[in-house]
Amino acid sequence: MDGTPNAATPETLAGYNFAYLDEQTKRMIRRATLKAVAIPGYQVPFGSREMPLPYGWGTGGIQVTASIIGVEDTLKVIDQGADDTTNAVNIRRFFAKTAGVATTEKTAEASIIQTRHRIPEEPLRADQIIVYQVPQPEPLRFIEPREAETRKMHALSEYGIMHVGLYEEIAHFGRITQGYNYPVQVDDRYIMAPSPIPKFDNPKMDHMPALQLFGAGREKRIYAVPPHTKVKSLDFEDHPFTIESWEQTCALCGSEESYLDEVITDDRGSRLFVCSDSDYCRTRRDAGHEGSGLPVPAEPDTTASEPAGESS
Amino acid sequence: MIDRDMAPLLQVSDLSRHYGGQVGCEDVSFELYPGEVLGVVGESGSGKTTLLKCIAGLLPPSAGTVSFDTRVDGPRDIYAMSEPERRMLMRTDWGIVFQNPREGLRMNVSAGANVGERLMAVGARNYGEIRGNAVDWLTKVEMDLGRIDHLPETFSGGMQQRLQIARNLVTQPRLVFMDEPTSGLDVSVQARLLDLIRGLVRQLGIACVVVTHDLGVVRLLSHRLMVMRGGRVVEHGLTDQVLDDPQHPYTQLLVSSILPV
Ligand SMILES: [Zn+2]
Repeated sequence: MDGTPNAATPETLAGYNFAYLDEQTKRMIRRATLKAVAIPGYQVPFGSREMPLPYGWGTGGIQVTASIIGVEDTLKVIDQGADDTTNAVNIRRFFAKTAGVATTEKTAEASIIQTRHRIPEEPLRADQIIVYQVPQPEPLRFIEPREAETRKMHALSEYGIMHVGLYEEIAHFGRITQGYNYPVQVDDRYIMAPSPIPKFDNPKMDHMPALQLFGAGREKRIYAVPPHTKVKSLDFEDHPFTIESWEQTCALCGSEESYLDEVITDDRGSRLFVCSDSDYCRTRRDAGHEGSGLPVPAEPDTTASEPAGESS
Repeated sequence: MIDRDMAPLLQVSDLSRHYGGQVGCEDVSFELYPGEVLGVVGESGSGKTTLLKCIAGLLPPSAGTVSFDTRVDGPRDIYAMSEPERRMLMRTDWGIVFQNPREGLRMNVSAGANVGERLMAVGARNYGEIRGNAVDWLTKVEMDLGRIDHLPETFSGGMQQRLQIARNLVTQPRLVFMDEPTSGLDVSVQARLLDLIRGLVRQLGIACVVVTHDLGVVRLLSHRLMVMRGGRVVEHGLTDQVLDDPQHPYTQLLVSSILPV
């Protein structure tokens, strides 16, 4: 992240500044990012710029990445766990063109990982930064539409309302049903939206050695979890937080530990369960791990089953 | 049930609230003792609603003080408290029942969650206990437990008011403010709601300030009565005395214009 040149290097797109954003904007975003790191989980407003991508394509994450990336960096971009989706390919190509940086699909080789929807299965290290794309940064918004009021609730730690949301799920469904963007409390202080990652990934945020940065472009907010910071998923004593588990293992690499995607393989509804993290799966296969390779017959109710004890 | 040997729970001194050059309320003083119900009557524009907002912590007065006998620190000027302290007080030891249930309820969460919210706000984290409390309080306000998971939107006006009361009383406040709690309801619904409020308030020894234009409400609920006109208190005394033998010409007019309760 050092040595960011002020002008585009010869390899990058002519006419654009390094990593597209002008230096003044980058400085502004870095200041917001530093403040976010200093106040874990607190949403810092920033002057979001128009980007050559529509909102919903990760403009918040892209601006954060553009502000911290340097020529020495190696960038990995994942979307739904995969490196080869349109969104991931576009963002990777954007930085390859505007910053000339190296890109990779390997988690271990990346110094910056920009992500939507997943945290890699491979534990992140202290020399890595993960940048999350955030569509809705305000975890209190679902119940309180007024911005002034949510700010006050954060300032005064008036967070009872978050448990009202969880109460409602238990009252109606017998268990906490929220599977994505499961709210967390950072460092025993701010309640934070972890972005639409599955709750499966929440425990990875807790005391992660890597710096975690969150960028919301449309809502113009940056927030952060510094390395080795406590991140607790909200729950009740008698309905503790649990993550998804599967009866199946990955059909390709046999993993029993990773987050599995379900792929329909024929018109009779046969399903294949495979790792959502494609790099993790490939790395395991390269190391000789094998799955059964077999689809599972249609049986709609056994997908992401909750562990015993939490069902209604 | 009114204990005048104790310190007043609420002490309002020389309270005024102006809006620009307009008078909202002017120079109001009174004391409220634990377990006591004070009625404030007047027509619209009399200043009773402004007074209620000022003493309930919702509207800072232009002059004067509102002092509440807090559990931990004794009497405190509520407007000299920090905002977090005041907001905490308002959702624990105080309750507010609004005329419009939309102001007092969360319309987008269930009845049970409405009752449980105050408990969760003060740190309750056991679902079973919160649920149990919601069941208890919905029972106490005589609501159908089959509706516990329904949205307030689907309830009648009378049921919404019962839900507001349950939502407020779940933290066992010592002081509850009520703003026209029965207005807009059918007469028979009003009567049953008033009975319920009177029963709960007496049984639990809660002090109340009830603001209303309806003398029937104060005759049934309040021990003492303040009559307001043009922002000022024109008469103040025991409810029966004021209603049966009004001294001020305005009170005489008010009393004579209603049917006997
Ligand atoms: Zn796999």
